[in-house]
Amino acid sequence: MADPAPIVATNVSHSYGTGSMRREVLQDINFRVDPGEVVLLTGPSGCGKTTLLTLVGALRSLQHGELQVLGVPLAQAGRGDRRRLRQRIGMIFQGHNLLRCLTAEQNVQMGADLLPGLSYAQRRGQAREWLRAVGLGDQLSKVPHDLSGGQKQRVAIARALAAHPRLLLADEPTAALDGRTGREIVELLQRLAREQGCGVLMVTHDPRILDLADRLLAMEDGRLIENRVASMPAG
Amino acid sequence: MIQALWRRRGVPLAWLLLSRQPVRLLIALAGISFAGILMFMQLGFRDGLFDASVTIHRLFDADLVLMSPRSMSSISMASFPERRLIQTMAEPAVESVSPVHWNFVLWRNPETRSTRSLLALGFEPDDALFVDSMLADQSASLRQKGRVLFDARSRPEFGPVAERFNAGQVVESEVAGQRVRVSGLVELGPSFGADGNLITSRETFRSLLPSTSRGSIELGLIRLRDGADPEAVAERLRAWLPNDVSVFTKKAFIEFEKNYWRSSTAIGFIFSLGAAMGFVVGCVIVYQILYGDVSDHLPEYATLMAMGYPLRDLLAVVVREGLMLALVGYVPAYAAGEGLYALIRGSTQLPVGMSPQRAVLVFSLILVMCMGSALVAMRKLADADPAEIF
Repeated sequence: MADPAPIVATNVSHSYGTGSMRREVLQDINFRVDPGEVVLLTGPSGCGKTTLLTLVGALRSLQHGELQVLGVPLAQAGRGDRRRLRQRIGMIFQGHNLLRCLTAEQNVQMGADLLPGLSYAQRRGQAREWLRAVGLGDQLSKVPHDLSGGQKQRVAIARALAAHPRLLLADEPTAALDGRTGREIVELLQRLAREQGCGVLMVTHDPRILDLADRLLAMEDGRLIENRVASMPAG
Repeated sequence: MIQALWRRRGVPLAWLLLSRQPVRLLIALAGISFAGILMFMQLGFRDGLFDASVTIHRLFDADLVLMSPRSMSSISMASFPERRLIQTMAEPAVESVSPVHWNFVLWRNPETRSTRSLLALGFEPDDALFVDSMLADQSASLRQKGRVLFDARSRPEFGPVAERFNAGQVVESEVAGQRVRVSGLVELGPSFGADGNLITSRETFRSLLPSTSRGSIELGLIRLRDGADPEAVAERLRAWLPNDVSVFTKKAFIEFEKNYWRSSTAIGFIFSLGAAMGFVVGCVIVYQILYGDVSDHLPEYATLMAMGYPLRDLLAVVVREGLMLALVGYVPAYAAGEGLYALIRGSTQLPVGMSPQRAVLVFSLILVMCMGSALVAMRKLADADPAEIF
C-alpha cells in the first residue's frame, strides 16, 4: 500500500478579516510534498508562509481550494477530524515550545503518549530511543531550562518524531541557533525524516541550510514563485 | 500512586505542573490550609456552642423533663407549680421524680471580690440529679445549709476556687449577698449561657434567692421504670396534665435548648457566615493559583493541542491539579484544626473537638472549592489557540 502524498495543495487561498478589512494572504497556492521529501519554504516575512503552515498543520480551517494532508481532505474536515490528523503530523517550532515543567524524556513521551495501543513502558522506551537518536541519551532527566538552545531543539525534534508522524512541519527551527548548530539540527532532521519516510515542509530564512532541501519553494505576497525557486541554487 | 487514577498511564503532567513550582505550590497549600482552618474554627465554635449549651442537659438523670411553657432556654427558665411533678407519680410508668431549681446568681470572686453571674441548680440532696456519679459522695454535704458544690471547670474569672479547695483550704464566698462555703467540686464546664455553675440544696437555693416561691420549680426530672417508652409516657402525661407545664423527653429537652441557640440567636448564623468567608477566601486563592497556572502555561497547552491532544485531556489536567491541591491542602488544615481545638478547649473550657462529620464536611467544602476554582480557571484554556502557535 503506497503512502498517500503528505501534502497536495490545489488552488489554496486564504484571507483574514471581512469587508473592507479583508486581506488576502494566500492566493492560488499549488504544490505537493511526497513521502520522504524535504521541502524548504522561503520568502520575506509577512508573505503568508506561517498561514500556509497552520493550514497544512490542520490548525486553521481551510477557506478556499483543495488541501489533502496525509490523504485527508481538509475542506471537509471538522474540528475533531483536524485534531486526529494533527496527531499524525509532527511539529517543530521556532521557540522549541517544550513543556518547562517536564524533563527531556517526559517531553518526548508527551509525543509518544499519542500513540494508541502501547503500554506505558513501551512509550517510555520509545521516548528514550528517540532522545538517543538525536544524541541526547545522557540528558534524559534534564529540564529545558538546563539545556542549550541546540539541545532543546533536538528534544523538540525527538518529541515530534516520537508520535510516528508521516509529515513534519517546521517553522524556522534554526532561528534561535548559531549557524553551525542550526545546520546540524537540520541535517539531523533530514536524516531522521528520510529514515522514517516522512515528508518535511520547513519554513526558513536561513540561507546556510537551503542545500539540504530536496526542493525549494519561494513565496512572495501570498503566491508561490516557481521561477525563483529554480534559479536559487544552494550556496 | 497518583498515576493509578489516570485513565491511561502517562506523564503525570498535573503533578509536575504543580510540583515544579514549589513556591507557588506552597502558597496554594498555605491558602487552602488557611481556608480549611478558618472553616474548622468557625464550624468548631458553632458546634461547640451548641454542645456546650447542653452539657448540663445531657447530665440530668431523667427520661422525661417537665418545664414551664414560658421557659425559652437555659438562660430564661420560668417556674411552674411543683404539684405537677408530684402529679406525674400517678402514671404507673413513672418510677421517681426530682424537683430542680434553676437560676442565675451573682458569685463573688473570693480573691478579687468582684461579682459575676453563674448558674445555680438547687436539688434535694437525697434525689438523683445527674447520671454521672460525681455527686454520689458529695451531695450529702449539701444537707448542711450554706454549702455549695462548685464547678471546677467554671471560667477563671470566678476565682481560684478549685485550686484553693484542692489545696485543702476552706473556700468561702458570697452568693447573692449570702455567705456560702464550697463543700466539693464537680466537673460540668461552662456554656455560652453560663460561665460557671454551682449546685446546692433546694433549701440553700431558696435562702440565696428568697423570691423563689416554695411551691414552684424550674425543672422536673422524671425517671421511668425499665422498659417504658418515654415518647408514649410523655404523650399520656401531656394528655392529662394542665397546660401550665410542658413535657419533654430528655432528647427533646436537649434539642429544645440547642434549637434556641441555633434559631433564636445570631450566633449560629455568625459562625456559619464565618465558615462561608473561609470558603470564599479559599476559592479566591485556589482560583488565583490555577488561573495563574493556566495563563503561564498557555503556550504549552496550545502546543499540546497542536500536537493533537484533545481539549478534554487538558481540562482533565486542570481538574487533577485542583484535586491534588484539595488532597494535599486538607492534611495541614486537619492537623492545625486538631491543634487549635485543643487550644480552645484549654483556654475556654468549651467542648470543641474534631467530629468525623465536620472533618468530612470541611474536606467536601475544600474539594468543592478546588473543583469550582478549577472549572472557572479552565475557561482560560479557551484562549489557548493552537493556530497562533507558529
